[in-house]
Amino acid sequence: MENYLQNKEVILSVKDLSVRFSLRGKSLHAIRGVSLDVYKGESLAIVGESGSGKSVLTKNFIGLLDKNGTIDKGEILFEGMDLAKFKTEREWAKIRGKKIAMVMQDPMTSLNPLKTIGWQISEALILNRGMNHAQAKAETLNILKDVGISEPERRYKQYPHEFSGGMRQRVVIAIAVACSPEILICDEPTTALDVTIQAQILSLIKDLCRKYGMTTIYITHDLGVVANVADRIAVMYAGDIVEVGTSEEVFFDPKHPYTWALMSSLPQLGEKGHELYSIKGTPPKLFGVIRGDAFAPRNPQALKIDYMVRPPYFEISPTHKARTWLLDPRAPKIDPPECLKRLKELENIESGDMDE
Amino acid sequence: MSNENVVIKTPLLSVRNMDVTFGKGKNAFKAVNDVSFDVYRGETFGLVGESGSGKTTIGRAIIRINKLSAGEVIYDGKRISGQIDHETDREVIKNIQLIFQDPMASLNERAKVDYIVSEGLTNIRHDLSHEEIEERVAKALLDVGLLPEFASRFPHEFSGGQRQRIGIARCLVMDPEFIIADEPISALDVSIRAQVLNLMSMLQQERGLTYLFIAHDLSVMRFICNRIAVIHKGVIVELAETEELFKHPLHPYTRVLLSAVPVPNPHVEQKKKVLVYDPSCHNYSANERPIWTEIAPGHFVRGSERELTAYREKLEKR
Repeated sequence: MENYLQNKEVILSVKDLSVRFSLRGKSLHAIRGVSLDVYKGESLAIVGESGSGKSVLTKNFIGLLDKNGTIDKGEILFEGMDLAKFKTEREWAKIRGKKIAMVMQDPMTSLNPLKTIGWQISEALILNRGMNHAQAKAETLNILKDVGISEPERRYKQYPHEFSGGMRQRVVIAIAVACSPEILICDEPTTALDVTIQAQILSLIKDLCRKYGMTTIYITHDLGVVANVADRIAVMYAGDIVEVGTSEEVFFDPKHPYTWALMSSLPQLGEKGHELYSIKGTPPKLFGVIRGDAFAPRNPQALKIDYMVRPPYFEISPTHKARTWLLDPRAPKIDPPECLKRLKELENIESGDMDE
Repeated sequence: MSNENVVIKTPLLSVRNMDVTFGKGKNAFKAVNDVSFDVYRGETFGLVGESGSGKTTIGRAIIRINKLSAGEVIYDGKRISGQIDHETDREVIKNIQLIFQDPMASLNERAKVDYIVSEGLTNIRHDLSHEEIEERVAKALLDVGLLPEFASRFPHEFSGGQRQRIGIARCLVMDPEFIIADEPISALDVSIRAQVLNLMSMLQQERGLTYLFIAHDLSVMRFICNRIAVIHKGVIVELAETEELFKHPLHPYTRVLLSAVPVPNPHVEQKKKVLVYDPSCHNYSANERPIWTEIAPGHFVRGSERELTAYREKLEKR
């Protein structure tokens, strides 16, 4: 994985981004100085608990930040423009849907129940690609076929309530890829779906990305999904990226105590009859100032300095960096939990018995 | 804990040929079709299936939220479905409790925690005084790792994990023997999940509780359940001890479900082939009927004679 960065160009670059929300007179610091590069053609997964700011971060890329949120500082560079400076809907209209599109979590609420599926997909084509109605219809039927919906002619005229959850998510994906965007953001694309459907949707997204050469950003809290889709992983905690690396590096050689804790609490690593590792306490409140490492209060092995000074990024390899004082040469040596070694041994549940 | 060897195999709850039908006449929809299983005292019995498979309906039918259209439920030797006398009714309410899926939706927003937790007691245990009830509520809250002073707060003041603990406290205060947990952790965050799972297994060890654990996530099931039943479209297709089921799944639907579970290991996960269940793969001819058979000790599967022979061969080869 050393030459992961070779021949890769940065398509989107976030530099020291900070976002605040004003909530009932108080200010909530949701994104606390995040820097992140997204490379062309890769699939990046952003992992974190709810409230860690993973959705807020990506909403900035398409200008969908809630009204009470503001970007205080930092920049988001995309095709020579700074998206953080965008103010008007007019400016966003050039980016949203055309260049960067998003698949939302819940297919039940992201479609308009009063319009047919066909109308909703061709709307995007007419608005963004300047097609006329006949062209848009032909193209819509193509896209419907692409996302694996059978009998597109009949389905074109149907309403969202006539579709099952998995089929609706396929339609949402169809709308997102209709304008062949450069970047596709998938915000928990399968959380609302069944496991069997989840597997199908994930492979659909992967196939489409390969076909259209899209870059994908997944937002999820399910490490199994991450293992399936991600080339690179960024772990978020309390509005900050605490560790970023290739999928291999983060799964098999994690460095940040939060990543350790997150992985150790996987039930797959638990042993029956023994207590499952669990992270004590709850994530910090983001009102007010957080001193030092945000994870320190929940980390039983926290160092003294973790409470005082915010750790910088330490580079482990060109692709792998983590924000923890443990990587400082002066830090005591603390080994990752034993059970993480078992991750490597996890096999496909079915593997022993698959003969057909 | 050497608990696993000590489990005495006496069925605490038996479900016999349960049918649940919604709607009438030509709109009738059979959500649960001829389901039978036993839950032994002290074990955790898992019920797994996709949404719409009827797993929640089974749980709700056991505590009589949904009516059975056929079959019966036997609890501790007594029939608890259909018409039962007032006394048994109270017994059932006291002994069987339910933990709901979504802690955001299952707590009354306008009631304080002490009301939410004590409601069952005030309704059923008229013999208890006000002080005794208060005492029990405080104890239940302590048992689930909350502070007794939280009793005067409203649900919106708590995080998701804490709310689910309130839901569990509401069950415990009745001092039940049997808890039906309907997707208790699927609405929770990864780090909170482990806390709630640990709490549930700790309570089981302390009080000898029996769980019926309803979920769709097989990786969690493997960690917590002793036995698992796989349900598809209202029919149980396979039932076995957890490890047996994971190592030697027989029914095609079970195998599909197992293959779909994401494994948090990129090497394995990215190479994995996803199977799709197509009911026509059974290829039943006109006079073939799938039957529910015990194919190996404790391992039940549904299949026709022809399929069962194939399954048996497979089990012998292992």
